[in-house]
Amino acid sequence: MLAMNYRGPRRVRVDHKPYPEILHPNDAIVRVTRSCICGSDLHLYHGMVPDTRVGTTFGHEFIGIVEEVGPSVEKLKKGDHVLVPFNIACGACAFCKQGLYGNCHESNPEATAVGGIFGYSHTAGGYDGGQAEYVRVPYADVGPTIIPADMDPDDAVLLTDVVPTGYQAAEMGGIKPGDTVVVFGAGPIGIMAAKCAWLFGAGRVIIIDHLEYRLEFARQYAQCEAYNFRSLEDPVLFLKRETGWLGADVCIDAVGADAAGSALHTITGKKLMLQAGAAIALHWAINSVKKGGILSIVGVYGPTGNLIPIGNVVNKGITIRANQASVKRLLPRLIKHVQDGYIDPKGLITHRMPLEEVADAYHIFSSKLDNCIKTVLIPSSASN
Amino acid sequence: MENDMSQKYSHIKGWGIDADPENEPTYPMKHYTGDDHRRLDWQRPPQQLENVEVLHSNERPYVSAVFGTPLPPRGLSGVLRRKAFKYSESRFAHWLPLLLADRINVAEGFLDDLRRGHIPNILAERGWNAAWKYNRKGVLARVALGTLLAAGIAAAVLAKRRGK
Repeated sequence: MLAMNYRGPRRVRVDHKPYPEILHPNDAIVRVTRSCICGSDLHLYHGMVPDTRVGTTFGHEFIGIVEEVGPSVEKLKKGDHVLVPFNIACGACAFCKQGLYGNCHESNPEATAVGGIFGYSHTAGGYDGGQAEYVRVPYADVGPTIIPADMDPDDAVLLTDVVPTGYQAAEMGGIKPGDTVVVFGAGPIGIMAAKCAWLFGAGRVIIIDHLEYRLEFARQYAQCEAYNFRSLEDPVLFLKRETGWLGADVCIDAVGADAAGSALHTITGKKLMLQAGAAIALHWAINSVKKGGILSIVGVYGPTGNLIPIGNVVNKGITIRANQASVKRLLPRLIKHVQDGYIDPKGLITHRMPLEEVADAYHIFSSKLDNCIKTVLIPSSASN
Repeated sequence: MENDMSQKYSHIKGWGIDADPENEPTYPMKHYTGDDHRRLDWQRPPQQLENVEVLHSNERPYVSAVFGTPLPPRGLSGVLRRKAFKYSESRFAHWLPLLLADRINVAEGFLDDLRRGHIPNILAERGWNAAWKYNRKGVLARVALGTLLAAGIAAAVLAKRRGK
């Protein structure tokens, strides 16, 4: 089968790889019909995530058709169209039972701080991902969800990560009606977080980035204010002024380890790797939120550590809420929101490319070429 | 007041439909089940067979019930990875060797390609087709910079040889 193949930082290609096997009684094999490149895939692509082995197939956002199921699978059968949450969850451990499906303890032997994630290095379990024609899906009775018959596959594929992560970013903000919410990062997750902030009753939503085309997209898609930090002398000072000098009620970090905006962070975090990526967006978020405010983090960082003003977190009494999205917990509500027209996931998609062009797709997304917001990869076998 | 706000934001479809005054810190983070003080005593799913080498964090006593199998550790990078897993996730001695192993693994992958008779097309792998299509000036600037650097190095080497 064809699959994306990581060869080293900024080097990927499509190769023939062996068809995946059922390795556990509750496994399924899914024929992929759509997969996306996520902003967090770029951390892998840039070589920033430890234990990313050459030969890995990335891709944690995918949908497909069940081809084969293991002997204990009861909820799926061959031919079902499923969307597969990016996190691999057993449904039985103490964390899954609390609805923390992003923190499963039975899906990742290599690290205890993160659950298993498809195609996200051995630090997240060593699974191959969905940027391929076929993929092994563990715990088939837990995560995979049947796609409603009337749902557009382009909407469904974004329900595997982008929509739940953006929604949970807003949810974790504990937004009260009338709150001012600042979202750092106008990538797909940030734009979705801005969109969802309104659903929680935000009174004002501001998004900060440095790419004009993304800011313009955010203004249209999320009906929010959007500002370019490159044109602001100091984004924190700007936000203080804009919020009556007290700061935002809620700040959301939707950037993570690849943030631009600080030479110090870029050199120490991305070039020398002395910290787990560049954390300038998180730094700004801490300093922009009001005293007693809430900081919601969904941006992805590496496992070592980052330079952030933790003293200000203490002194300002900030509540920090963060997690990988609990996709399974959120899916019923979000599927309904999509069906009711409150969220238009496929509106984020700007590029649809064949899987065979994966190297170009990564380059376009990573270098922000051709006004790229979100790329969907479609294997040629998708239409069989 | 909220009615006034609903009016104010009537142009935003769905405004406030998920507003939840009970959403205070910790609420959406977990659904309390009383399992908080349980430890590793849940009914574990059946264990996937370990038919390849699986490194596991020393912060857990056993391998998780499922795991990925496609790329077991091997070669020099594998030696480093095995050593890294002797340290907890809290230690740089765990993560830095893994990053070094990743870089060594790139060279191993390159040699693997050659061994299998495949000469990797690095420009294509780096997506230069797309770069040429959408960022031609950037490509030309990089090529020019590379050429200048190479010419500079060559000139310096030649000058040094002449000096001898």
